[in-house]
Amino acid sequence: MLLVLAATAFLTIFLALPLAVVFAEAFRQGLRAYLSAIGQREVLSAIRLTLLVAAISVPLNVVFGVAAAWAIARFEFRGKALLGAFIDLPFSVSPVISGLVYVLLFGAQGWFGHWLELHDVKIIFAVPGLVLATIFITLPFVARELIPLMQSQGRDEEEAARVLGAGGWQMFFRVTLPNIRWALLYGVLLCNARAMGEFGAVSVVSGHIRGLTTTMPLEVEMRYNEYDYVGAFAVATLLALLALATLAIKALLEWRYGDEIAAHAPGGH
Amino acid sequence: MRRRILPGFGLSLGYALTYLGLIVLLPLVALAWKASGIGITGMLHLLSSPRTLAALKLSFGGAMLAASINVCFGLLVAWVLVRYRFPGRRLFDALVDLPFALPTAVAGIALTALYAPNGWLGRWLMQWGIKIAYAPPGVILAMVFVGFPFVVRTLQPVLESLDRDVEEAAESLGASHVQTFIRVILPMLVPTLMTGFALALARAAGEYGSVIFIAGNIPMRSEIAPLLIVEKLEEFDYAGAAALGTVMLLASFALLILIAVLQRWSGRWAEQLE
Repeated sequence: MLLVLAATAFLTIFLALPLAVVFAEAFRQGLRAYLSAIGQREVLSAIRLTLLVAAISVPLNVVFGVAAAWAIARFEFRGKALLGAFIDLPFSVSPVISGLVYVLLFGAQGWFGHWLELHDVKIIFAVPGLVLATIFITLPFVARELIPLMQSQGRDEEEAARVLGAGGWQMFFRVTLPNIRWALLYGVLLCNARAMGEFGAVSVVSGHIRGLTTTMPLEVEMRYNEYDYVGAFAVATLLALLALATLAIKALLEWRYGDEIAAHAPGGH
Repeated sequence: MRRRILPGFGLSLGYALTYLGLIVLLPLVALAWKASGIGITGMLHLLSSPRTLAALKLSFGGAMLAASINVCFGLLVAWVLVRYRFPGRRLFDALVDLPFALPTAVAGIALTALYAPNGWLGRWLMQWGIKIAYAPPGVILAMVFVGFPFVVRTLQPVLESLDRDVEEAAESLGASHVQTFIRVILPMLVPTLMTGFALALARAAGEYGSVIFIAGNIPMRSEIAPLLIVEKLEEFDYAGAAALGTVMLLASFALLILIAVLQRWSGRWAEQLE
């Protein structure tokens, strides 16, 4: 019982308290100050930009994740382990470096900087840069959920569909997709949470242009650095609510569809 | 050789490789290319700068310390969540993932508000002369926060599948609970603990968002390496930023490879125990 007490006390102080302080600080000067902080035009445009960036990067990573999982879980080829390692690579790269690499490619002094300037295309300090950095950061999420699951499911059902005369896409939409749907949703959920909350990578490529290239996490930073604490924490409450919703849906998916999400370890212990 | 029944190998692999090449590999090649531009002398000059060394030491040393702290608390929390039934267990279990879900900037300002000298906890700690925010302990704290779920989530499935017969055998032979834990259970967990340690370490070493708010960012004292990269970029020192980025990447990979080797070795050792 002592152990339970120690563990729950740790979780409360270390994890729940930071969450509570976000809301306490946001409402420190009352509801009216909170609402007026949320209602400002910069906040609304930051929300819109955050949604836009996620709406582009998440679907792209879904398509990639499904394609990569199909190739890895259904076929044997040389360099498969290496491919898996490369998919995981963005997780062990500092977010700042994930932003930096695109500055080196597309920034004014970058490889394509001169060409882009000639053709009047802006990537760095503009929305395309934010999207690229976000794609880099969130690339592994969907693939990582799907690969072990599809490997454990095996290829029998899909082969049966083919033998019975199903076309490639017919097999995909009628057999593969229904089998992986909950794991796919799970991956999308995690990918989206990270895409909307990413800070380091987008901070490097954003240029912090108010109303144009500031996503919600960047808006939090700018307000905080301007000593507008109520404003910073007010925007932070929106992101905290996103995190709570993510956790709730995640717990629901695990509870309801746990065995359709996790791969069954072959052979067991 | 059996003819392939399943379609789409070329399409899916080709698409995945092209996407990965454009999004991940090409940019990393650009990084290495730009970094090589400053040459060996430039690299040595960069690495011998006391400020760079201090930042790298804080990022990697701090991440090692934070990952070690996470192994201890992560083991405690995972053990309690798997082995005990108590009210609110599901809620606490879901809470473990909070650092994954909470954007780092939010975590950063929240931890700062808590541990700043006038914060909820900071005020109280100051009476004991403990300063966390705006000092190196704040950096470690933020690193522990972001790395925490990795250890718990790696351990949980392994703890669940642990064979209870071995424990019962140890106890029926007269071992105490503590003895059983240290001499029977812990050795079996070593490879898993190392995986958790490696994941938490990789995350903490590169962490930026949650750290910069609480760190105070005093050069030579509480300035992390990723922040130094950002500062170099702001001074348009692209080559310097790329060089420091490459050093960080190489150091991370070296650590991860080292841990993978240790893990394989301890895995073999754990298997022999079973």
